[in-house]
Amino acid sequence: MSTNVTETDRTDLSDKGAASVRFRAVDKAFGSLTVLENLHLDVEPGERVVIIGPSGSGKTTILRVTMTLEHIDAGTIQVGGQHLYHEETSAGSLKAASERHIRKVRSNIGMVFQHFNLFPHMSAIENVMLAPVKVHGTSREEAQHLGMELLAKVGLAEHANHTPGQLSGGQKQRVAIARALATQPSVMLFDEVTSALDPELVGDVLKVLRDIAEEGKTTMMLVTHEMGFAREIADRILMFDKGRVVESGPPSQVLDDPQEDRTRSFLGAVAEH
Amino acid sequence: MEDLVLTPGQYAQLWNGALATVRILAGAFALGLFLSLVVGVGRLSERKWVRGISFGFVEFARGISSIILLTIMVIAIPILLGDVFPWLRGRSVAVLGAIALGLNMGGYGAEIIRGSILAIPKGQGEACIALNLSPTQRLRFVVLPQALRIILPPMGNLTIEILKGTALVSVVAGFDLMRATQNLIAGMLAQGALGVTVLFINVLFIYFILAQGVNGLFRLAERVLDRRFEQRTGRSAVPINVAATAGS
Ligand SMILES: Nc1ncnc2c1ncn2[C@@H]1O[C@H](COP(=O)(O)OP(=O)(O)OP(=O)(O)O)[C@@H](O)[C@H]1O
Ligand SMILES: [Mg+2]
Repeated sequence: MSTNVTETDRTDLSDKGAASVRFRAVDKAFGSLTVLENLHLDVEPGERVVIIGPSGSGKTTILRVTMTLEHIDAGTIQVGGQHLYHEETSAGSLKAASERHIRKVRSNIGMVFQHFNLFPHMSAIENVMLAPVKVHGTSREEAQHLGMELLAKVGLAEHANHTPGQLSGGQKQRVAIARALATQPSVMLFDEVTSALDPELVGDVLKVLRDIAEEGKTTMMLVTHEMGFAREIADRILMFDKGRVVESGPPSQVLDDPQEDRTRSFLGAVAEH
Repeated sequence: MEDLVLTPGQYAQLWNGALATVRILAGAFALGLFLSLVVGVGRLSERKWVRGISFGFVEFARGISSIILLTIMVIAIPILLGDVFPWLRGRSVAVLGAIALGLNMGGYGAEIIRGSILAIPKGQGEACIALNLSPTQRLRFVVLPQALRIILPPMGNLTIEILKGTALVSVVAGFDLMRATQNLIAGMLAQGALGVTVLFINVLFIYFILAQGVNGLFRLAERVLDRRFEQRTGRSAVPINVAATAGS
């Protein structure tokens, strides 16, 4: 396999540090269904934000528009001070970003999915090495070294040559996390990364998330229904409903002393399960 | 049993015919596979005009009957396009026939490729975007390798269809197994209907063997692919040194 890297694709894999994420007046609709409406949200560098809220409230959509899996209809998103969907013209106004610009800014963002989305035809280590080698132009040796380090970090060094089909759900998700970490993103997005797992496998994955949080190298935006974990890891909890932030604050406030009825009823419903 | 056997001379002629058929098939297959890939991927392009052209090609290549395409290719095209593409002039019927069949195969093959790409779960493409792979890298390293397993069986069927289609080359005066058969018939009329029947039984058998050859090749490819999927277990493509990495 030859590498397919052009100069412009190359992004430095050295530590970039955590980055901020700023949403300004973001709208997103699917057909006639408005999912995000005039969303304003600031996530500070290194901050760990947990998004909670009822099903269909737009939690996944926030992460997906940040990863550019869906494009926004209006407003702006900035990651690390750079516009994601816009470029500044020489006159200082904003115009729609080129695909190339989006790719450049996107290289700072990583995402872990609910259903892992590992590449089934590649071993764990190949999954982890793919982006460093093909996108960032890292040498295979270096990428392999980095990849093995990451797999060791998520407790899967012995499984490096296993394909996803040979791994349990929890192991798959940890490989997926290692794969996302391999590009050293400044912002990481986690969408219900434990909700497809058997209960006894959740702990291993949460431990890995704690480790990432502890290192503090990346900003984390997490959607989760694990309230205990949210309390433990979050700097701030966002209660989301109908595409708007209903309430926002530290876990002690939002979870223990919610100010809004909507939050109270949601937490009540979650607690019953 | 002996009644079913032809003379060595007759077999020699049939052998030449079979070789010619295999050559036409190989040419048609190479062109057909290439077109299938390019057009199949083009059908899913983000660019509207690429999608449009690809769609047009598929409809053309599938809509026109092989025999008419062959006739046009062999008789009309060298005259019509000979000035623009001098290469076309003086090409053998076998080459022009292979091109016609290859175009035909490309139309059907493109739909097979398109279908198999669409069968790959959406999450695979999304993971590629999250890792910032380019659309080409996504196709090359993630989508097509997975699609290949889905492509092989219908592509094998299509190739056998094209093998059968090669017999049409004899209609436009090309030499192949079918033409060799017809040549033999001309000299066998004295032997009456029985001799011709025996000849056709033999020819039927030869086509059957050729088809089985195609089948076998595709089965083999499927097996190699399956094994590559499974076999990545324990044995290391990457040397594992847990002690060296675990502590870092
Ligand atoms: N691609 C899409 N096309 C149409 N509608 C969509 C699409 N993606 C999401 N939606 C709709 O947008 C709304 C918000 O979806 P989203 O996935 O963001 O919710 P969520 O808060 O993550 O919910 P859950 O807790 O169930 O995961 C839902 O009503 C959903 O049906
Ligand atoms: Mg969701």
